[in-house]
Amino acid sequence: MRGVSKHFGEIPAVDHLDLTVGNGEFVVLLGPTGAGKTTTLRLVAGLEKLDAGTISIGGHDMTTADPAVRDVSFVFQQYSLYPHLSVYENLAFPLRSPAHPHSKSEIRRRVTAIAEMLRITHKLDNRATQLSGGEMQRVAIGRAMVREPQIYLMDEPLSSLDAKLRADLRLELKRIQQDLGATLLYVTHDQIEAMTMANRIGVIDQGRLIQVGTPREIYQDPCNLYVASRLGQPAINVIPPGLIPRFAVPPGTASIGARTEHMHISRSVNGSGQGKVEWIEHLGDQNHLHVRIGDHQIITLVDPETPMSRGDDVDIALTGPLFFDAAGNRLRGTGDG
Amino acid sequence: MAHSVSAPGRWGRRLAAGAVVFYALITILPLLWIFMTGFKTPQDSISYPPKVLFEPSLEGYVNLFTTRSRQTPEYMASLPPPDTWYEELVRSRDMVIAGPSKFGERMMNSVIIGFGSTFLSVLLGTLAAYGFSRFKVPLEDDLMFFILSTRMMPPIAVAIPIFLMYRTLGLSDTHLGMIILYTGVNVSLAVWLLKGFIDEIPREYEEAAMIDGYTRFQAFVKVVLPQAATGIAATAIFCLIFAWNEYAFALLLTSGTAQTAPPFIPTIIGEGGLDWPAVAAGATIFLIPIVVFTILLRKHLLRGITFGAVRK
Ligand SMILES: Nc1ncnc2c1ncn2[C@@H]1O[C@H](COP(=O)(O)OP(=O)(O)O)[C@@H](O)[C@H]1O
Ligand SMILES: [Mg+2]
Repeated sequence: MRGVSKHFGEIPAVDHLDLTVGNGEFVVLLGPTGAGKTTTLRLVAGLEKLDAGTISIGGHDMTTADPAVRDVSFVFQQYSLYPHLSVYENLAFPLRSPAHPHSKSEIRRRVTAIAEMLRITHKLDNRATQLSGGEMQRVAIGRAMVREPQIYLMDEPLSSLDAKLRADLRLELKRIQQDLGATLLYVTHDQIEAMTMANRIGVIDQGRLIQVGTPREIYQDPCNLYVASRLGQPAINVIPPGLIPRFAVPPGTASIGARTEHMHISRSVNGSGQGKVEWIEHLGDQNHLHVRIGDHQIITLVDPETPMSRGDDVDIALTGPLFFDAAGNRLRGTGDG
Repeated sequence: MAHSVSAPGRWGRRLAAGAVVFYALITILPLLWIFMTGFKTPQDSISYPPKVLFEPSLEGYVNLFTTRSRQTPEYMASLPPPDTWYEELVRSRDMVIAGPSKFGERMMNSVIIGFGSTFLSVLLGTLAAYGFSRFKVPLEDDLMFFILSTRMMPPIAVAIPIFLMYRTLGLSDTHLGMIILYTGVNVSLAVWLLKGFIDEIPREYEEAAMIDGYTRFQAFVKVVLPQAATGIAATAIFCLIFAWNEYAFALLLTSGTAQTAPPFIPTIIGEGGLDWPAVAAGATIFLIPIVVFTILLRKHLLRGITFGAVRK
């Protein structure tokens, strides 16, 4: 994709987007609702006409090609299965198309293989409407997987599932992708999906691609405050430079981003710490510690065994946090405490 | 769900069931009466008080399908014994069968014109509705309103112009003319009904098919049509009922070759006195095709919209 733009009326849905997805690569576009993720995929699939830029797939220019000849497959955010067909027929549907004809035995072989891979073999004769949400989603993914297109496009395929299923399918999807060596462009608003599955993540907002990199890079080395705040659980704490005394910052720093691993919190010994524990959320394996410093609140993860309770005075030390200028861009100097 | 319905209590259910049975009785009673009259003799059919129990006779049906002529007793006596039960029945009334009546042909005309116009209305309606639903049509709202506006006056209001046009064009009393006329009346209804149904089918279904390598037309046939089946069935029933029962235009524009059953059935009364059983027999047979058609399509009507395959 080169300089791809798409407007709906005045609103730019996708704005000068450049992205290359390598062969066998799993690229995740991460962005909030309305960022232009769906539109990007629809442009690649040929369901929308682009206003500017070019799209090539497998080395061929496909900018104006019909969807049928692009050799992609698509998992939609919604409405994935044909309700009037059985699961088997749903899976076989892409293999019967005039553009990608397959013999009867070949269809049977592939559908059976994909059904096994997704563990839905026992449901093949069911109607698509008789499946649970998780099964439906597997079939929808399976329908994309029966062919071996140049690229698989997936639009938040897991977003409507409950947490447990999402975690299971996340793993399965990654496993299948690696087994097939498939090329995937996957969009989501879920940072965990992005972090766990992607070879590379592209952070997208308001139609613009803000940063592209491996999950590590994006997490540890975000190029601006927006990217930093998209990743991490709990979200990165943004504090003004003066809040923590005796902590040197690079010139121009307007805010400091501090994640759990950048902070050391300890009970203050003399009874007059910088902050006060305001609340402790118990998550089971870990706790969220809410600390108030002046009129700022910081949330970090702590061990459940940490001997702290509500109302305790605490001291906070920073090690290697991220610095941002007034425009939210990253400052790459180092500060130290 | 936006609203929930609590299950009615025992008495509520009984009351509802009672109301349904009562309503069904009221609507079915006249049909039952027509059905019974068809099997009465002419005398029984006009007896007072009306007979509920009677000896069934096929005279009405025989009279419906034949034309008969009254003969002198000498001529009757000179005939060889009758070959068939219906000849015997006719001779017992001092008549002989002169030939088949026009009823069969008129029914056939009704079938050709009714089903032909229904097929055309649904075909054109589906294509037009799909176009309006999926593509940016210039002046879409105005066009849809224009289509609807053709239904705003009673069709019979334009009977005279149509009569004159048809005479000039040579379409009077032809099957083609009647099919075109009924299609013209029905197609607006079909477009509106079907657009509603097709709007409900998510575009993503066709888009998925097109990405998978189907053309738009193939996606339309394989994906949209099956899912619009409910709407198509409902529309077809509405169109057929109109075309089947239409009386005024049929009376005005057809008299022979293309005459349909509705204007024909009343003419039976004239043939040799008030032959109510024959009229009732005609009405009964006239009802059958549309009842069968509705029952055949009922499965599609009841299957309902396919909720559940849609992730919410
Ligand atoms: N068919 C459309 N017509 C008008 N605006 C649209 C259409 N599709 C998307 N948009 C707008 O484009 C922007 C991006 O939408 P979308 O790509 O669906 O975002 P995402 O999938 O990231 O949630 C949104 O502001 C949305 O309102
Ligand atoms: Mg979306």
